[in-house]
Amino acid sequence: MLTEEDHKLLKLIAEDCRLTPVELSIQTGLTSEYIKNRIIDWEKEKVIVGYRPMINWARTGEEKVSALIEVRVLPQRGYGFDRIAKRLQKFPEIKALLLMSGGYDLSLLIEGKTMQDVALFVAEKLAPLEHIQSTATHFVLRRYKQDGVELMGEEETIQRLVVSP
Amino acid sequence: MKRYLASHVASLPPSGIRKFFDLVATMKDVISLGVGEPDFVTPWTVRESGIFSLEQGQTMYTSNAGLLELREELSHHLTCSLGLSYDPMNEILITAGASEAVDLVMRAVLNPGDVVLVPDPSYVSYAPCAILAGASVRYVPTHAKEDFRLRVENLNQVYTPKVKLLVLSYPNNPTGAIMHREDLVPIADFAAKHDLLVLADDIYSDLTYDGRHVSFASLPGMHDRTLFVSGFSKSYAMTGWRIGYVAGHSDLISGLTKIHQYTMLCAPIMGQIAALEALRSASEAKADMVIAYDRRRRLMVHGFQQMGLDCFEPLGAFYVFPDISKTNLSSEAFAEELLKEEKVAVVPGTAFGPSGEGYIRCSYAYSTEQLQEALIRISHFVKRRLSKV
Repeated sequence: MLTEEDHKLLKLIAEDCRLTPVELSIQTGLTSEYIKNRIIDWEKEKVIVGYRPMINWARTGEEKVSALIEVRVLPQRGYGFDRIAKRLQKFPEIKALLLMSGGYDLSLLIEGKTMQDVALFVAEKLAPLEHIQSTATHFVLRRYKQDGVELMGEEETIQRLVVSP
Repeated sequence: MKRYLASHVASLPPSGIRKFFDLVATMKDVISLGVGEPDFVTPWTVRESGIFSLEQGQTMYTSNAGLLELREELSHHLTCSLGLSYDPMNEILITAGASEAVDLVMRAVLNPGDVVLVPDPSYVSYAPCAILAGASVRYVPTHAKEDFRLRVENLNQVYTPKVKLLVLSYPNNPTGAIMHREDLVPIADFAAKHDLLVLADDIYSDLTYDGRHVSFASLPGMHDRTLFVSGFSKSYAMTGWRIGYVAGHSDLISGLTKIHQYTMLCAPIMGQIAALEALRSASEAKADMVIAYDRRRRLMVHGFQQMGLDCFEPLGAFYVFPDISKTNLSSEAFAEELLKEEKVAVVPGTAFGPSGEGYIRCSYAYSTEQLQEALIRISHFVKRRLSKV
């Protein structure tokens, strides 16, 4: 369980992982030494699993196709869904892999350069796998929001008075 | 046409902030740290409830006191958050912002010749509202060396038997000072000894960074002696909705309601519905804002200390109040020259009372990037000034 201070620190890192331990120290009141050690611990414990920018690829003009795939799987005795999930997570085309409740079992987010890439991956790699019963592919048409960030439209300009009591 | 103005209005000095606002308005590319309102937009769930209320056609007057549902929720909220107990039927009045509540209190309780004690420095409207109500004001100085807390010794120095009302505004705008329970107890004794009424403006009570706010009204015997004023503007980033409230003894609230019903009638219904939603669902958004303010607060205090200026550590609200006296400039001169030379707008401490001389108020209700840029510019200015001293 995180302490309140660690929670605040982790939240700040999650918002902007470019902040240095000194900058984090100024904003949290914790010492930079403590912060350095804490980050090392979290990296070891896989609490922090990476530091990546969030890129809105649609703005780069680069072709990129994403699809959400609903997969029904036959669970294996003694392993449930974990064994097939372990195998699936190795595919670099699969960017996210989630076990779902409801009408299907696994939800996959696939990325490829073209629709053909995605279709081929599903037809040739995914569907033929043992224990996979069926797949349903839904192509992403547009991203409006990603990881909590609104991607559509211009930034809201807030008109505050320049000086107020 | 000035001859038509009533003499007590004509003689009222214009706000020190207004003068500065006019100056800033003539300039371009200014980074302003002069704003006394959150930079956050009202949480979406709250905005959405306002939109939905319009879709449903809720565009009518409410009762003078405000929607009963809101008063009931507020009563519950005040009990849970501050340990206060107010009957929603007759001890809470919803107003058009806490500013209206301050004005109502002054007009409802003051007679001509009464004296109001106002901590100095503090928010700009207490003294003018008291004067407009026919009373006069005595400032009670507070000092950085005492963490800008109100002390009984200072109250005793300005007390006269004509004092009827004491204003308490903690967490304080502009200093960011707070009052702990042990600071409030002697004030309560002072109020009881002199049979004073207390206007406790707790508008920043949710924005504290050193434990939970203690409300003066929660002290033993102070419930009936206090008119508790607060609102949704600062806690929930709802400044433009204009929803505040005042809570107190039913005899006093009914007096305030008389003025409110003839002048305002009721607070805007859309704002009241949104405020109800804020109480029900925006506590997490509020907590996130407090975390963000706390980071910026540390950034600002560190920034001013790095410049070699003394900066009292504020524990509430969203302002820092650094001491600029080392530069040998008055507060007003500092603010004006900083604006002209580095295009950063801050508010001179004197806009908040005579004890603000030697200080400037910087709001940190801005993004970290803006604050960092402002600190760089201010540090250039301070460096130049200190080298001349």
